Amino acid sequence: MLNIPVLRWGEPYESLETDEVIHHRTGEVLAKVGQANPGLLARDMRKANRAREALREIPIKDLIEIMKKAGDLYLNATLPLGDGEQSPDDFARQQSASTGLPEHMCKFNMEKNHFVLNNMDQIFDALTRGLDLEILERGFGVEERGVPVSYQAQSPVLGMVLPSNSPGVHTLWMPVIPMQIGLVLKPGPQEPWTPYRMFAAFTEAGVPKEAIGIYPGGGDMGAETVSRCGRVMIFGSTQTVKNYSGNEQVQVHGPGYSKILLGDDIVDQWEDYLDLMADSIFKNSGRGCINCSGVWASRHTEEIAEALAERVGPYEVKDPTDPEAGLAAFTVPGQAEAIWGMIEEGCQENGTTHVTEKHGARLEQLERCDYIRPTILHCDSPNLKMANTEYMFPFTTVVKCPQEQMIEKIGGTLVASAITHDEAWAAQLTDATNIDRLNIGAIPTIALNWLQPHEGSIVDFLFRARAYQTPDERLQRHCSR
Amino acid sequence: MADLTQPIQEARAALDAHAVEIVKWHFSPETGCPFWLDWAKEAGWNPAEEIKCFDDIIAKFPHFQDEWLRDKQPEVWVPQEFKGQPFNIFETGGTTGMPKQRIGWNDYKVDYSEFSDSLDDKEFPRDHYWLMVGPTGPRRLRLSIEHLANVRGCSCYFVDLDPRWVKRLIADKQFDQAKAYMEHVVDQATTIMKHREVSALFTTPKLLESIAERLEDEGSSLYEAGIRGVFCGGTTMDPQYTRFLVEELLENKIGFKPTYGNTLMGLAKHKPFTPEDKFSITYHAPQPRAALRVVNPDTDDLVEYEEWGRVELTTLTKEFFMPRFLERDEAIRRPPIELYPWDGVAEVRPFGAMQKKIVEGVY
Repeated sequence: MLNIPVLRWGEPYESLETDEVIHHRTGEVLAKVGQANPGLLARDMRKANRAREALREIPIKDLIEIMKKAGDLYLNATLPLGDGEQSPDDFARQQSASTGLPEHMCKFNMEKNHFVLNNMDQIFDALTRGLDLEILERGFGVEERGVPVSYQAQSPVLGMVLPSNSPGVHTLWMPVIPMQIGLVLKPGPQEPWTPYRMFAAFTEAGVPKEAIGIYPGGGDMGAETVSRCGRVMIFGSTQTVKNYSGNEQVQVHGPGYSKILLGDDIVDQWEDYLDLMADSIFKNSGRGCINCSGVWASRHTEEIAEALAERVGPYEVKDPTDPEAGLAAFTVPGQAEAIWGMIEEGCQENGTTHVTEKHGARLEQLERCDYIRPTILHCDSPNLKMANTEYMFPFTTVVKCPQEQMIEKIGGTLVASAITHDEAWAAQLTDATNIDRLNIGAIPTIALNWLQPHEGSIVDFLFRARAYQTPDERLQRHCSR
Repeated sequence: MADLTQPIQEARAALDAHAVEIVKWHFSPETGCPFWLDWAKEAGWNPAEEIKCFDDIIAKFPHFQDEWLRDKQPEVWVPQEFKGQPFNIFETGGTTGMPKQRIGWNDYKVDYSEFSDSLDDKEFPRDHYWLMVGPTGPRRLRLSIEHLANVRGCSCYFVDLDPRWVKRLIADKQFDQAKAYMEHVVDQATTIMKHREVSALFTTPKLLESIAERLEDEGSSLYEAGIRGVFCGGTTMDPQYTRFLVEELLENKIGFKPTYGNTLMGLAKHKPFTPEDKFSITYHAPQPRAALRVVNPDTDDLVEYEEWGRVELTTLTKEFFMPRFLERDEAIRRPPIELYPWDGVAEVRPFGAMQKKIVEGVY
């Protein structure tokens, strides 16, 4: 068992209060994680400027190289963790054990994080739209087209209130350090692994330790992180999203409600896209916000639902160490039962059918954790309760909806994969503000192009473009250095 | 560790003798109060004769009902000897509706004079100035703190905080209003600290945090503002939080006296910290004037040492007898120590805190 301390700008702090991270199947205590109290963060935030100052001593181009090195260390090295150390295999095992995600998926997520860190130069170039990095460093400069520009950091640090159930989200904060912005991380109680391993990899690669703080704790620590950091990224429910709506300091990542929309022009060939649909629903345990939770079409929906049920319905619960394991465990007591209760209740409504029923019981309850096997519903109208739902397991509703109503009826959608050649409809989809990531064509919802922004550009979130006027002589003097 | 057998026995004997004396007092027609005399008639037994030791109180009396302090007029609690003497009316809790009321004359002075003996003159200098930032109004605390200051030759400034209003704001989710009210209180407190010499501060943990933060925002600190000793009480202070207060806010330079007390008990003293305590606060009741037990809420039996249970208070003064009152707190039972050779209660927190969300607010 490991003892993992609070990190106050990189300095370990042995809290007198600890939280146990438990193996979801065996009950083994994997680690005791020191818990911060809100006052600690409040005090440490007085030194937040030092985090950015320390990073500004290193040119962005060097930080990008450090990220690449950190990525390799994260993926391959045995790194210090608390009062022990952690190999890459340990990491995957521990993350799987506490989050319920199969081990091979944890390893896949490691590769994903590694990819992002290793391609930081390209990602950076894409996120900043090719901005000269020295302009970001200096705060002002002249673009290649000769226009003076200025980007002002809105906070010396980014606060992150991280989730327990989705290790995939960590890619979102990887570009922050090379932007010379410090990090205040509040890990999810069951997933302290990535923040601490990243800290170890970053600092070993050359990131100043005072640029990063890790403050584990309960809900009060999350609230303190939100109230103390000038810019914060949080993950939560639809209600959380509503709570922070309009708050420019907070970027909320809620449920995705990601969907596949089959255009009238291709829907008669729906079978051609069955693999794409099944992958979008099932891959990476169906837990992510980019996993598909709705397949929408104007016809053939019953057949599509049956075919998807046939494809994903038989998947069985397997041990998380099994390379074939496809489902993640629900590790919070009572959660799976409550979700299944909601689904059963939704299926009571006329027009909603549980299509995977014939493939056996969905809810499987073990001694210390539960599973819900892949579930496909059919809704014969977009107005039914279950037509627009999302749960953190492979779950999809196939919805019958006329194409001309789809854009309005799908509501807020993180990823929409619209399979169509109808350019008029594609143009409407392009203009639809309720869709964040838009794929036009046969592209799975889970296929992310890392060079594109996710729920808004993090550069725009952390930096404000503003006017900056100064005599040409001064501008040239600074910019030619 | 010293052998505590004899001090424990002596303390126990003192408690037994005191219990017998106080029960006799309250249940004798020539000295007792109407409430207990009437109660004994209805109960069908005579506590004045049958109570021979403290354990008899535990065995023979039911739990004291707090409704009695809400429903009965204050005069039913007046012992014969105090008849005709105006009394203080002190209130506890009460977010809405009728609060509990306890009457008294000198108890608070006795309790706080005794408490003064446990203070270090370096941390709480004599002949100086104190500041209390907390609930005044109908509570015993305001007069008690002023008395405590006076006993030490000091005078005390006061900034009021109405905990009932804060609890209502928080229960109604008016967090902005609660924050604004807290700021208002902190404004007043730091204004006094900036313009007057104050060496001792009595406040709640959350207010202490906010006052310290305000001072530090202004480039000062509690120590630089002249504070040398802090009393803190009113809400939960777990070990990590206590450590935070001592190390970060008080910088290990300011004396820290956690307090556990209320209108019904008086003031419990805390066991001076040793490194082995790891900032776990243990309180010892002002025995024999009040006794605390940590009991299993289902069986009423004492829990084992280091186990959690509900706090049960018995108050034994000539002004007020209150047997086996179940506090709205839970705590860990701790063994006697040399300084206080009777059981202690540690890491006090609201009863059921692990099961449900408790509104503690800033108080």
